[in-house]
Amino acid sequence: MALSTTSTLATKRPTERAAGPRVIRNPPWVRVVFMTVALLFVGSFLVLPLAAVFIEAFRKGVGAYFQAFTDPDMLSALKLTLLTAVIAVPANLVFGVAAAWCIAKFDFRGKSLLTTLIDLPFAVSPVISGLIYVLVFGLQGWFGPYLGSGDHPWFGEWFNQQDIRIIFAVPGIVLATVFVTFPFVARELIPLMQAQGSDEEYAAITLGASGWQTFWRVTVPNIKWGLFYGVILCNARAMGEFGAVSVVSGHIRGETNTMPLHIEILYNEYNFVAAFAVSSLLAMLALLTLLLKSLVEWRAQKGAE
Amino acid sequence: MSVQVDHIRKTFGQYTALEDVSLTVKSGQLTALLGPSGSGKTTLLRIIAGLEYADEGSGRIQFHGEDVTDVAAGKRKVGFVFQHYALFRHMSVFENIAFGLRVRGHRERPSKSEIADRVHKLLKLVQLESHAERLPNQLSGGQRQRVALARALAVEPKVLLLDEPFGALDAKVRKELRRWLREFHDEINLTTIFVTHDQEEALEIADEVVIMNQAKIEQIGTPQEVYDQPASPFVYQFLGNVNVLRAQSLVGAGIDEPRASALESDGNIYVRPHDIEVVPFVPGAQGLTAVVRYIHAAGPQARLSLEQVQSREPVEVEIARSELDSLQLKHGDLVSLRLRQGRSFTGDYTI
Repeated sequence: MALSTTSTLATKRPTERAAGPRVIRNPPWVRVVFMTVALLFVGSFLVLPLAAVFIEAFRKGVGAYFQAFTDPDMLSALKLTLLTAVIAVPANLVFGVAAAWCIAKFDFRGKSLLTTLIDLPFAVSPVISGLIYVLVFGLQGWFGPYLGSGDHPWFGEWFNQQDIRIIFAVPGIVLATVFVTFPFVARELIPLMQAQGSDEEYAAITLGASGWQTFWRVTVPNIKWGLFYGVILCNARAMGEFGAVSVVSGHIRGETNTMPLHIEILYNEYNFVAAFAVSSLLAMLALLTLLLKSLVEWRAQKGAE
Repeated sequence: MSVQVDHIRKTFGQYTALEDVSLTVKSGQLTALLGPSGSGKTTLLRIIAGLEYADEGSGRIQFHGEDVTDVAAGKRKVGFVFQHYALFRHMSVFENIAFGLRVRGHRERPSKSEIADRVHKLLKLVQLESHAERLPNQLSGGQRQRVALARALAVEPKVLLLDEPFGALDAKVRKELRRWLREFHDEINLTTIFVTHDQEEALEIADEVVIMNQAKIEQIGTPQEVYDQPASPFVYQFLGNVNVLRAQSLVGAGIDEPRASALESDGNIYVRPHDIEVVPFVPGAQGLTAVVRYIHAAGPQARLSLEQVQSREPVEVEIARSELDSLQLKHGDLVSLRLRQGRSFTGDYTI
């Protein structure tokens, strides 16, 4: 009797294990079909285009590829892109931390409005983001007429002598970029800080720490991986933004072209090798971002264990 | 150091968390703030700590006669232990305990070796010497609790405040740790206030129990006082089991002195299950007639669930097992109940 029981158990177990999770028992062909569809999709829509960028870039050899980077207009576009990122990322870093801190740790009137407003740049089309700045700062816009040099009765002598250009100039590009990358850091931090609560901060305060010490010694270490992740995404978007920047830039070669805009110009001039060579730079930035992102996630998970 | 709370009021919008609360905690005592959730006990603790401020224009908080109402939390010299410990998750146990010393200004900050000395002393005190380099998430709940305690003590507070110190622990660790806390308190002799909703916990370890309900203090007293002489029906019901008998039904049963005051006020008499005597039913004899419904005989005391014959209201009685055996009660038997002790309350009480 006992023998037969053990034998049925012994025969039953392996089949149960092979069947996988408790409920789902799909026949093998279903799994094959699904995996094939998924792989085909990823292959044709993600891997293939990425490969195409590099193949096109090297079509006329390594020499032609590197030739593309010696073009002064290209170098100026690269510089402008870096400059924009260097301004936009820290600006949104400071803003994002401040906003997330307010929203996660305090209750105040208009909190939900602020939370909604932070998402605005995600919700509107980048072209509209650009147009907003043209409407506000453009020559026919609200403030535009007062920014150039001229005789404006409300402002002082010094201001009237300045010829401030925002649209079709670097400040406009920076402003538009700051606008579109506005939500990344804040969005990343708010749920994280809400989940962590404020008890650790309160504990630090009862132990005699000042607000500043509490922020640097308790809050920042707790959010550092989320912060880093937000900054990576923010940077990727700041360097890759096309729509909003395109509207405010004016496409002046060597002056107001960022890398994505420069690629478009090169492409429209049938200079495919150069266009793809510059694209490959942005593609590598994307790959680097993904690599850093996985690294951060891995570290954050390790830290949480 | 004694703590004095003087006519404190706290509202959150429409909601009143504390309504004119006054309290004096004697120096060196272990005091429990006991009450159901929403009674305002945690709010009171946070106001004493300075983590929350009482309403403008309401009363004052004094530590040993010194007004600290407007003193910031960090300067009150209080140690606060949070319900979920709030340990700094990215710091080792050692760093957690050292934090309060490290953040001090240049002049007051002890040297590195002094800090290490003090931390190790505290680790020894809470029996966690071998865990100095662990991170909080590598510790058990009870261990985290003790680290939180050591961290609060590192800054040499004059008052120790604990918010539901055993709330997040399982039953066995809870019991061990509360006995440990009592012994610990006797050793360091620091004025300590802890919040709890567990009456057993409060009655077992506190020198004095402050019972709170609906933003007010119901009663303050030693565990024995509050258990034996509850000041209100709420306290009666909150501390252990109680039978609420209508005074009118006792008059009918011929039991003497259902006090006049009880008949006038809410008309109830409150009797603990072990204050009721059970005798075999004899027709015409004095006592409240009841039918035995259930007998729970597991444990040192037997619990009887009875039903009054006249009013059909339930009564719970606790008697010794030996008494149950000599009575030889069965389901459905008729018995007479006599009250050894009961209490009535005048005035309006909401329960």
